[in-house]
Amino acid sequence: MKAEDNNSRRNFLRMGMITTATAAVAGIGLSKVLSKDKAEKGSGEEVKVLSADGKVFVADSSHLKLKTHTPVTNAESRIGIPGKKFVMVIDLAKCEGCGKCTIACNKMHHLPKQREWIKVLEMQDSHDSAPYWFVKPCFHCDNPPCTKVCPVDATFKREDGIVAIDNERCIGCRFCMAACPYSARVFNWSEPMWVEYSAKQGDTTSKSTCCSKIEDVDPTDNDAPPERFFESKKGCVEKCDFCPHMAREGKLPCCVTGCGKDAIYFGDQNEDAVTNKSGQTVSLSQLLEDKAGYRFMEELGTKPRVYYLPPVNRQFPKPDMKNSESKS
Amino acid sequence: MEHNNQKLVEQVERELLSTIGQKYKNERFWIGLLTVISLFGVGAWIYQLKRGLGVTGMRDYVSWGLYIALLFFFVGISLIGALVSSVLRFTGTKWRYPLLRIAEAVTLSAILFAGVMPVLDMGHPERLYYLVTNGRIQSPILWDVLAIATYFTGSLIYFYLPLVPDLALMRDKLTGISKFRVWLNKFMAINWTGTPLQHKLLKRAMGIISVVILPCAISVHTISAWLIAMTMRTGWNTSIMGPYFVFGALMAGCAMMILVMALLRNGYRLQHYLGHTHFDKLGMLLLALTAFYLYLNINKYGVPAYNMQKDEKEFLDDLMFGRYKIPFWFVQIGGLVIPIILLSFKKIRSSIRYIVPVAALVMVGAIVNRYLIVVPNMLHPFVPIQHPLPGYDSYNPTWIEWAISTAGFTGFILFIILLFKPFPVITIWETMESVEKNGVDEVGLEYMSNQKYAPRYENYEN
Repeated sequence: MKAEDNNSRRNFLRMGMITTATAAVAGIGLSKVLSKDKAEKGSGEEVKVLSADGKVFVADSSHLKLKTHTPVTNAESRIGIPGKKFVMVIDLAKCEGCGKCTIACNKMHHLPKQREWIKVLEMQDSHDSAPYWFVKPCFHCDNPPCTKVCPVDATFKREDGIVAIDNERCIGCRFCMAACPYSARVFNWSEPMWVEYSAKQGDTTSKSTCCSKIEDVDPTDNDAPPERFFESKKGCVEKCDFCPHMAREGKLPCCVTGCGKDAIYFGDQNEDAVTNKSGQTVSLSQLLEDKAGYRFMEELGTKPRVYYLPPVNRQFPKPDMKNSESKS
Repeated sequence: MEHNNQKLVEQVERELLSTIGQKYKNERFWIGLLTVISLFGVGAWIYQLKRGLGVTGMRDYVSWGLYIALLFFFVGISLIGALVSSVLRFTGTKWRYPLLRIAEAVTLSAILFAGVMPVLDMGHPERLYYLVTNGRIQSPILWDVLAIATYFTGSLIYFYLPLVPDLALMRDKLTGISKFRVWLNKFMAINWTGTPLQHKLLKRAMGIISVVILPCAISVHTISAWLIAMTMRTGWNTSIMGPYFVFGALMAGCAMMILVMALLRNGYRLQHYLGHTHFDKLGMLLLALTAFYLYLNINKYGVPAYNMQKDEKEFLDDLMFGRYKIPFWFVQIGGLVIPIILLSFKKIRSSIRYIVPVAALVMVGAIVNRYLIVVPNMLHPFVPIQHPLPGYDSYNPTWIEWAISTAGFTGFILFIILLFKPFPVITIWETMESVEKNGVDEVGLEYMSNQKYAPRYENYEN
């Protein structure tokens, strides 16, 4: 049953990839391809290409190229990936607070070590209750307080659930930072560092599992997909972006693949399926039902897209609260 | 009596006309000093633009600091214009006339700098025009921009309208002034000849603007309050924020009015026109406003302090007994309780020498309170601050921020001073009209026969 699930999901992802890729190729390069001088001989193999507006074109396969980075227009990256509703589940019982998710995230986004888009906190709800590790990315709320207050639509909610930031638009007023109740947002107070991480640099995340392609992206490359929201810019707000460029290729965000313990699941709510690092794909609703999933500070009404599974039957030692500078 | 009044009216005209363009004591020094400080602030801002906001003390937790506190302060000060020009007008107060133009000038300057402060705080000020090209009306920032722009325009109109008859008077009677000033007076007086129709139209226009400006003034500061009240943060997320801001603003504006009046009274030798009555009445107004503001403070801090919800408790502990206990209790005791006690004495109220330090105390308290409204809340987010980078778990404004903020203040004062170079400090025609109708005592003029206190006449020949 599980294997079947896996297969169908993979097929789905592959399908999605092909559709998006071809759509993008059609959208960007089709006019060029079709108008190319006919003297140039093709392979003779005709391929049907579906354009973004649903029209089917026929082109010679040798004239079509699948780009390494799927080109996404600015407008498309504002709308999001069609038909998706991304969701994350974090199993606090499996988290040992190693912080590898943060390292993987920083590596993917070329952030300096101290800059944490995904944070690992030590939490203790009351004096006598047991402490636990709490992993906090951006919650990509369905009722986001941050996008509501943005005066210029620089941060926005996409149809696929992702709350994104356009740092070509951001005016740096930082109202979204004041509005976010989870302190998910950070600001580029000075000229940001673009850090190149090599595999040798002490972290255990190998190049092959994480951000193999994105690492080659030149930050000044204008042809790079605009969905690379993670390019830090001075005077702009930034935060966890749910790795939309990975999702477009059907891959998991790098905090999921970087997690040391399979504690983070990521997937599509429309499919009702989430996947962790080991490739285990489970039903989202079943998982939330079986393990009493909840959302952080539900009472705020922000409707986060990140669910937590409570830290019951923990597999790892709890954090030592004495080291933490927590306030309560 | 009638004859006597007529003579006084003539004296008012003569004396007030003579103040226009007068140099006051050490003028060059003061203007020079204020300009240098302001220019230094501009330099600091250019440095901040180049290096980024990293040169400030603000960081990811305390992401708003001194600039936003000053935005709230300046928007607050700007409410005094509406209070004096509209509210006192509706109540038919006769002593308001000599205060009108000063109040409007303070308003104009304050709202101008209230518009500047958020730009100083922006990471990308060059993208400011996105507010027009990409503006989203559901953002309180856009409401604030619209409200500030509307109130600025309204205040500009309210400053200009009563100026027209004065400009005509200056056009007709001032001699020995530069050609440019002659042209300016003539141009700005827009052919005012004082016909009954012109008077009727002017009065009607002023009546309309005095009604329109009031909701503008209240909305401009309520929206400033909403900038923070509409976030989900402990201490900010409270419905009292709007009235709390508005009345705190009226209080600060009243104190600022007393200070600016005292300054202009000495500078321009306006002892006849800004008298003890005015300081006494404004002192009484300040007393009422500080008392009411104390009441609002008890509500704002007392109710959550009784409930002691977890997050509120941490925040209030920090504010009342922790890192911010000294400024907090200074605001409550020094900025409110002590002034209330002092202002209760008529002797202190009506003595200009005593009321100025009291007003200054209220003013400092109001500034510190704006800081306390903005900063400590940001250090208490719902998700605890853990393992912060150095400097991220506290906020200490850097010298850049101090330089820019100080320049905001000096610019504010400088603008008022410069505004009164070409225009009379006291509205001449309204004061004359009121003296004619109600007599000098009702308008609050004093020592009219004592020439020691009279302004000097140099530019004016009868």
